[in-house]
Amino acid sequence: MTTLLQNTAVVGIGQTEFSKFSGRSELQLAVEASKAALDDAGLKPSDLDGMVTFKMDPNDELAVMQNLGVPDLKWVARTPGGGGGASATVQLASAAIVSGAAKAVLIYRAFNERSGHRFGQPFAAPQQRDIHVSFGLDTPAKIYAMWYQPYMETYGVTNEDLADYVVIARANAATNPRAWFYEKPITVDDHQNSRWIVEPVLRLLDCCQESDGGVALIVTSAERAKDLKNGGVRVLAATQSHLHGSHEMYNYYRPDLTEFQDVRAMSTQIWNQSGLGPQDIDVALLYENFSPIVHMALEAHGFCGRGEAKGFIKDGHIALTGSLPVNTHGGLLGEGYIHGVNNLLEAVRQIRGTAANQVAGTEHVLASAGRSAVILGKL
Amino acid sequence: MGDQDFFWDGVDQGKLLFQRCGGCGATRQPLGPMCPECQSLEWEPREAAGRGIIRAWIVSKHPTRPDANPRIVILVELEDGLRLVSNLQDAYQDDVRLGMPVEVVFQNVDGVFLHQFRPAGAAQ
Repeated sequence: MTTLLQNTAVVGIGQTEFSKFSGRSELQLAVEASKAALDDAGLKPSDLDGMVTFKMDPNDELAVMQNLGVPDLKWVARTPGGGGGASATVQLASAAIVSGAAKAVLIYRAFNERSGHRFGQPFAAPQQRDIHVSFGLDTPAKIYAMWYQPYMETYGVTNEDLADYVVIARANAATNPRAWFYEKPITVDDHQNSRWIVEPVLRLLDCCQESDGGVALIVTSAERAKDLKNGGVRVLAATQSHLHGSHEMYNYYRPDLTEFQDVRAMSTQIWNQSGLGPQDIDVALLYENFSPIVHMALEAHGFCGRGEAKGFIKDGHIALTGSLPVNTHGGLLGEGYIHGVNNLLEAVRQIRGTAANQVAGTEHVLASAGRSAVILGKL
Repeated sequence: MGDQDFFWDGVDQGKLLFQRCGGCGATRQPLGPMCPECQSLEWEPREAAGRGIIRAWIVSKHPTRPDANPRIVILVELEDGLRLVSNLQDAYQDDVRLGMPVEVVFQNVDGVFLHQFRPAGAAQ
């Protein structure tokens, strides 16, 4: 099936460095990354007429356009929730292009998430009793560990099993100069010797980075992409899935707690849109706030059966040399946590053939964020 | 006025209350103003069973309040099918398992009155 969204392409990517202390404002990170994406595309600020970011992004669109010098903005949209919406940014941008609402859309996400507001710190004690926070679910690590735990106990996945993924992610980061953990690979012992964050699920090295940084992409029509400096990377599928009863964080109320059901539903949509299946994906970028979600995403996307992710990873399938290289940039654990949007940049690089850990012959890349996903391919 | 107020009023009276839809009789979860089955805004509070099983658990350390103790956080599925987050008291971490039967108690925890659970039959 050909969808209208396939008439769109990512034509530029840009970023700042990923660090623990950027030393500048979040707005500056946003506009630095945006200018880099424009330069990469060979476009000018005056070519932009749309912007997409996260509901949670601190940078107001009007402030970004003021600094970049965008003369007239005709489309503004924000993704729901948090990192689950990372890939939805592309769907929103592409929808604007094919509807005629905008001709070129800037996607940006920028924050000082380590030197400024840290996502990983405990929430303030609630003023009134809360059905979750009052019982000790006061950090993302605890909140998400609660919904990974039944999966892990049901399928016999131990914390030590998680090390198999983390070692691969850190190996990929170690050879990616953009990664926070560049040249810092780890062993299973390093993982097991890192301190507990949430027993019996997560150790320190299972957690994504708190990062300062900004990233940006530019989406326009596939037709226009052909004339641009670096060509384009085609959007083959782009979707969101938010199932009834689901919750972005406290996801404890859908019937089956051992499957990431939003991903299962989303998967069906992207395979239908693209005409592709799991066997056609050359590289997968899987949003991982914490390591166990990689297992659940592999299964719910159909790369392996339920409960099989542990063995799939142990057998080497997701390593750079495996049948499905995953998080080739080091993931959010190894490269940095720009809320998952840095995964989209890696997806573009893998299609262009310019990734630090380039997988030869890559034609189809999945960037999946739990509640949104894209498949990118050649123009 | 919040959608959770009646629930906490129930806790203060030593009851676990849930919403039974006034339109179709469905159990409403999570707490909310409208029934997703029939879109009715009518509901009445019913008292839930105080017994259930553990469907997920973790140990919460580094708590929000510096003086608070580590807690076992559990997701309980009550016999009525309702799920709610709580804490497990009177149990060791090594003994916690999915499917473990638990029963409700109401207690002050670090100055906040909450529903808590303990292993079923642990009373006396």
